[in-house]
Order: sequence, then C-alpha cells, then structure tokens
Amino acid sequence: MYRYDKYDQAMVDARVEEFRDQARRRIEGHLTDDQFKPLRLKNGLYLQLHAYMLRVAIPYGTFDSRQMRKLAHIARTYDRGYGHFTTRQNIQYNWIKLEEAADLLGELATVEMHAIQTSGESVRNISADQYAGAAADEIIDPRPWCEMIRQMTTFMPEFSYLPRKFKIAVIASKVDRAALRWHDFALRIVKNDAGEIGFEVYAGGGMGRTPFIAFKIRDFLPTDQIFSYLQAVLRVWNRNARRDNIHKQRMKILVHELGEEEFARQVEEEFQHFLTLATDFPQAEYDRIAAYFAPPPFEQGLSDEIDRSDPEFALWVDRQTVAHKAPGYAIANISLKPIGGIPGDISADQMDLVADLAERYSFDEIRATHAQNLVLPHVRKQDLYAVWQALTEAGLADVNLDLVTDIIACPGLDYCSLANARSIPLAQKIAERFADRQRQQDLGELKIKISGCINACGHHHAGNIGILGVDKKGSESYQLLLGGSGDEETSQAKITGPGFDENGIVDAIERTVERYRAIREPGERFIDTYRRVGMDQFKEAIYG
Amino acid sequence: MVDRNPVAGGPGGGPGTLEPAPGGERDWLRFRDDPAPDEPAVTLDAFLDQSNAGSVRLEAGDDVRRLGPVLDRLRLVEVDFPRFRDGRGFSSARVLREMGYTGEIKATGDVLVDLIYFMRRCGFDSFAPNVPFNREDVNAAMSRYPYVYQPAADDAVPIWKLRHPDLANG
Repeated sequence: MYRYDKYDQAMVDARVEEFRDQARRRIEGHLTDDQFKPLRLKNGLYLQLHAYMLRVAIPYGTFDSRQMRKLAHIARTYDRGYGHFTTRQNIQYNWIKLEEAADLLGELATVEMHAIQTSGESVRNISADQYAGAAADEIIDPRPWCEMIRQMTTFMPEFSYLPRKFKIAVIASKVDRAALRWHDFALRIVKNDAGEIGFEVYAGGGMGRTPFIAFKIRDFLPTDQIFSYLQAVLRVWNRNARRDNIHKQRMKILVHELGEEEFARQVEEEFQHFLTLATDFPQAEYDRIAAYFAPPPFEQGLSDEIDRSDPEFALWVDRQTVAHKAPGYAIANISLKPIGGIPGDISADQMDLVADLAERYSFDEIRATHAQNLVLPHVRKQDLYAVWQALTEAGLADVNLDLVTDIIACPGLDYCSLANARSIPLAQKIAERFADRQRQQDLGELKIKISGCINACGHHHAGNIGILGVDKKGSESYQLLLGGSGDEETSQAKITGPGFDENGIVDAIERTVERYRAIREPGERFIDTYRRVGMDQFKEAIYG
Repeated sequence: MVDRNPVAGGPGGGPGTLEPAPGGERDWLRFRDDPAPDEPAVTLDAFLDQSNAGSVRLEAGDDVRRLGPVLDRLRLVEVDFPRFRDGRGFSSARVLREMGYTGEIKATGDVLVDLIYFMRRCGFDSFAPNVPFNREDVNAAMSRYPYVYQPAADDAVPIWKLRHPDLANG
C-alpha cells in the first residue's frame, strides 16, 4: 500500500500546525464559531449534539496494522474507547475535545493519516471497491488512481470553496461494490477494444434530500487525462451552481437543471481547454504510485481446500469469505454488525485484535467498507480457521454479510445535530427481530439502510429496504422505502406510504419480508422479487 | 499554451505589502510593484459598453470569459466575494490568467486571511477585504505550506515534478 514520501508528510504536518493555530485562535476568542466553522470543517471536525466529532480519512478504505493500532490508541486517549466506521470508508470519533483535537491530528500524522477534506465544501475522501487488489473479478487494482486523485484533489486552489461537497468513487470491475452511481463523480476502469485501460465516467449522482443516480458522461477517458477532466467538471459546477440555497448546490442539481447533454457539452468544452494547459500528472508519477500497490508476495501452490468439519466455522466461511484472485487465498469480511450492537462501532481492543490479524494473516492490510464492516483482503485459506477463532473470541465473528441484520445506519439523533430521529436503536430493534440465524440465511441478501434525516447519510435511497427518520409534530416517525440498490443495477428506493412509529416500522419490515418469502421464485433475492412484482404487492402486505 | 502568470516570484512578488487604500479607510494587501490603478472599477456590462474604462468589477455570478476579447484595455479586475463561502471568484481569477491577462486582480468583500494562499495561487495579486488583515496572519497564511500538489495559475512547481526532476516540462 501507499507510503508517504517527504512531500506528503510535509503537507500533512503543515496542515496539523495550521489547524493548531486556528484552534488556538478559536479558544482564545480571536475567531467566532461562525468564522471557525468552515476552517474546522476542512479538517473533519463537526460540532455535534454532545461534543465535537472528528472524522478521520481512510483513503479508498485501505489501511494497515500500524494505522489501526493508532486508531485504537486515539479511541482510548481522546474518545471513550471506541470508534465508528462510516459509509465513506472513514472512521469517526464522537467525543472529541477541541483543546485536544490538534494533538490528535498530530498523532494521526505520525502514521500517515489525516482528516483533511473529510467534511466541508470540498472534494471528500475518495472511496473505492473494498476488495481492490484482491477481487477475482477486477481488471486492475484501482487504488493507484485513487491515490493519484487524492493528491490531485488535496488543497486545490481553485476549488477550495466549492458549492457543496463532492464525492468520488473508483472501481475496476463489472460488479459494483462501491455504490458508484450514487456519487458526484465516479470512475469505472474499463478496457477498450484496443486493450487500453481507461475510465467510464459518471457524473451527477448523490443522495441527500434530492436523490439522483449519476449518468454516464463519457464512455472512455484515457487515464492520463483524468486531472484535466476532473478540473473541467469542477469548474463547470463551480461556475454555474446556485449559491443561494445550500440544499440546491450539489452538482446533481446543476446536472438536472442544465440537462445531461448541456452539462456534458460544457464539460467537454472546458476539458479541451484544460488539455491545452498541460496540468495532467505524467505516467512516471502513476508508475511511482502503482509500485506501492504491487501485489503482495502470494505463496504459490497453496491448496484451495478448507477443513469444514466445524459447522460453525463452515457457516462463517460460506457467508463471510469471497473469492480471491490468488489461488489458495480468500477475502475475509469482518462483521461490525453484532445483533444488538451499533452498526459500524468497534472498541479499541477489537481494533488491536484486527490489527494483529492483519499483520499476521493478511499481508498487513485492512479495508473499511461503505457498508460499515471491515475486510482482511488476503488470507490464506489454511489460516481462515485461526482467523475465525480469534474473531469469535473478540465478538467479531457474526455471520451476516449482506443479510437482513447487516444494517447501514447513520449516527442519528443519538449524536448528530442534524438528525430528526434516532437510527441506532431502530437498527438494534430490527436486528433483534431477525436475530434467528436460520431465518437470516433463508431470507438471503437483503440490504436495510437507515437515515435519521433527509440528508441520507444512512443511504436509505439505496436500501433494498430503506428507512427515513422524520420529525412528525415533535415525535420521531419513520418512512419505509423499497427497491433501492447501490449495485451495478443502481435504483432509487420509493416510499411505500404513510410512516410508522418505532415499533410499527419493525412490524412493517417484517410484513414486507414475509411477503417476499411467500412470493419469491427460486433463486430470487429480495430486490429481484421486488423488481419483478413491483410495489403494490408489498403495499398490500404492509398496509392491508 | 497560455503563459502562466508568476505569483510568488513575479513582479512585486515577495511577501506583499500592506498599504493604505487611496481612500485611507482600510488597508490593502498588494503583491505588485506597479502603481495601483486609481480609477473606479465599473460593472462588467458597463465596461463592455464603454471603451475608455480600464478597471472592471466582477460580481460572483459574472462570466469572466466575456472579458476575453478586451483584455488589452484592462489594468484592474476586482473580483467580489459576497460571502467567503462563495468560491466562484477563484475560478474567475484563474480563468483570467489562463486567458493571458497580466494586470492586477483584486479580491474584495468577505475575504478571509485563511484563503489568501489559495487566492494567490489562482492569480489574485491584491486584496481589499472588508475586515483588514494583520501582518502576522498574512505571513503565517502565505508561508504555511512548503509544497503544492497541483499546478494552478502561479509558478509553483507541483510535487510530482519535484519527484521526477528528470522529466521534461509539463
């Protein structure tokens, strides 16, 4: 994986000192909170209901044991002993003191981490396929481009105050594990007929209160023109977006208002202009970065056999592991969704344990997923049993990847100052209702996503079953949505009808799920059945 | 290829000077050593209508590309920031430099000292903020970052070029 050189390190160190100075000016009263707000937001520091929340970037979801141990140390020293993995493959701490934030950032910098542009009106952390570099189905490892784009988009002078946030995702396979088209700007690496690698480009997606699925703006972009193209997109947006209403400033709104064709035309015009400025990064820089992502030294001649004599272990293997590109290896998913737990939460001790396992069994690599789980990307199949035993002891061996209890949930009203309703207790209630393991397995892939307000941090628009918390005359109410997806057949979930209270929504989900069970055809996932029969069948089940 | 306007090392580069504005009511920060134009800046429409003005004031929504055909008559472009969060002016300045404009570009309005480093990189070379800067903050902001990751409208050499000194320019 990528390592900082003296330049990267100097930039991150400078950022820490800049923030230290800004925080001092705030604490000493030279800056009002209004003035401080945009500065702290560029460093991932939010003021929430009870305390400051700090979001730490995990670029394209890839990190190592040294970094994970530092995250554990930070959880113990600056927070209450745990952290929370987010839907952008980042980690958040919920109990940060302003006085300590600069020291915390300083500690992160010692392990080549930062919180730069994890919030605010800027280009955010790049997200990627969590199986990058390991997946059997990828064309090439997308992470060298992710890292190059990270550097291109760090401290961009022209785009330091964009109309709103800007989210980028990159994948390199047909199967989409990164919710590509729900991003403002998304790249899928493809090969053209001549065998050259390039980007299929999507633009204008996003969730929030006005969801749009990104449209394909270009079939094939040569990889060495990506910076020109990205600047062209950003400039067209920066120049034309509204600035009078924060809810209408995301790029998706501009794309919608201009129309895809006109937006694409303007981008193309600006792109041709940028090409003449010769700002693109050279092949030599790609090669330098790509060298860091060379495949680890996989052992040759390993057996693909797994001893399945322990039935508990066999269940875990079947659900939590995925095909690896190297013979004898597997990708192992670690669930952060224990029944009754908080989705995405992990204790400092668990972080240390995952770090140990990564170091010992996975070429020192860990991945964070947008579904708020973790991955050990390169585990020898013969080591899976030892890994599973260690995970079991640490309470990390739940068997529910992509099942009904693998719920995405935002922090909701328990932490977030924007929320209208609680998300965490609802996720816990749903998980408890469907806790029976056999029932979960029988229901198969079913992605539930919960947002505590219309900002949609819990991705409810992309949920097979989505839940949106709203404030209804001072009490929490939940709307039920069906049919969303973040995979390669991206679709937006639709509202079923009137909302429910906290118990009512759990019952409504159960009625939905039971209807699916009753009408599914062999081999159909929930989303397949929904797409075949449509909303009415389910409405009838839910509302009678 | 458009010549990029030097910033840090250009005419009047250096650390910039804080000097009283002609009206005397507030300080300007200026990174040029030619005399400051003292005629009032007119709106974009007015400028395009009349041939004798040399200074223009761009509002945040104005399309700077309309100035392309008349750049040789211009000595000063003021770019207004109605709120510091409105980043359209960053593009306006960089586009002006990309079009080959070498005169003064002044940032006016809600300009925060924490932004002037990026503004300099986009081609701004003078600042008349609503709330005056102090020298210490300016120095800190301008000297904070030792390197840049990407080219802009200045002469700063991006990190990738430092990493590959053997590569030809570009």
